Amino acid sequence: MTELAQAIRSGDRRALARAISLVESNSPLAPALLADLWPFTASARVIGLTGAPGVGKSTLVDRLARRYAEQGQRVGVLAIDPSSPFSGGALLGDRIRMDDPDPRVFIRSLATRGHLGGVNRALGGAIALMAGAGYGLVLVETVGAGQSEVEIMSHADLTVVVLMPGVGDDVQANKAGILEIGDLFVVNKADLPGSDLTVRQIRSMLGLLDKRLAQVPITKTVATEGVGIDALIQALDGFGRSPEELERQAARRRQQADRRLREALAELAVEEIRAGAGDDRWQEAITRIAARETDPERAARALLRPITKEA
Amino acid sequence: MLQRKIRVLVAKPGLDGHDRGAKVVARAYRDAGMEVIYTGLHQTPEQIVEAALEEDVDVVGLSILSGAHNTLVPKVLDRLRAEGLDDVMVVVGGIIPEEDAIHLRQLGVAAVFGPGTPTQEIVDFTLGHVRER
Repeated sequence: MTELAQAIRSGDRRALARAISLVESNSPLAPALLADLWPFTASARVIGLTGAPGVGKSTLVDRLARRYAEQGQRVGVLAIDPSSPFSGGALLGDRIRMDDPDPRVFIRSLATRGHLGGVNRALGGAIALMAGAGYGLVLVETVGAGQSEVEIMSHADLTVVVLMPGVGDDVQANKAGILEIGDLFVVNKADLPGSDLTVRQIRSMLGLLDKRLAQVPITKTVATEGVGIDALIQALDGFGRSPEELERQAARRRQQADRRLREALAELAVEEIRAGAGDDRWQEAITRIAARETDPERAARALLRPITKEA
Repeated sequence: MLQRKIRVLVAKPGLDGHDRGAKVVARAYRDAGMEVIYTGLHQTPEQIVEAALEEDVDVVGLSILSGAHNTLVPKVLDRLRAEGLDDVMVVVGGIIPEEDAIHLRQLGVAAVFGPGTPTQEIVDFTLGHVRER
């Protein structure tokens, strides 16, 4: 085991912080580190929270993290905000709504760094590091999500979709998007008028999508006041108890593993092929594709050929 | 491909509620391609150092307009050292009298930026002095 992995296992918080940076920046040290910690990551529970900007995801995450920490759990929080497509910089403001007085809570802000889908490319690695460091619960807050930022479901054991009253039309518009990935729904800011209507709209929309979704829990909260947090925790902890839910979770972990394998394979394959082709052939392929002398698929096949022949 | 990003924590310790300067500087850092973690108003030195540790930042920028810089800045510096974060660069912005600025620099602050400093100057200084790692 690498020294850094040992430090993380022994609870060194600075080592964990440093390791997340290494994974984020695609450091050559990252693969060995993740391999060392991978066996220790199975027992952590990963809960994703997603929803439109401004519905109160950060405040909700803050309240949940505190409550779980009070119960003695160690809680990791990964809060994702968008990077600027122009400068590549990012303003990460989720911490404004997160008070972090508890040493059992570890909060880390991540920028999307050009990755679409509502999360960050290194999210899987960051979750594994936190799990490997002994954080039994990892809360992931996605960027403010619209209709297609559904990638969180390939990382989380349980996805919470957060909505607020007065967005009836959004519920309508979202029916094929993030509404489908919710294992659990929260109507936050429930002190605003129309919260019961929003609950009914979600309920009927879910019924239209799939009869089995009719029983999905919907919790009303006012996160700023701490209202409804206990009910939400009860719903979260109650999830995954029934045989059907357990089966669904096991299937999801297999899907996630399948996806991890494909991602790792794709990344390795590109590196290997690029190295095998050499920079001259790589640049030549790019030039020819850009000039429309060849198409990307044909150029890719030409670069692949020497490798497939060997095999 | 290595994609190292400079990460900056912009924080407002103490009791004053004037965060316009902090936000302007945060924005300038972002536009220069850095990742800026903004923590909001009324942060204690403990909260600031906790955030710096968890976020693995290269730079901590403190904005202080209350006049309490001679108490707050040394507390942040001490705690950073106690946590082993002494390689994190600390810059201070706000209304700081020159003799206080000299004192803060002696304590380990890399730079003190007064009112009217062009944001480009702050960005250039930060890029030029941030640690290699």
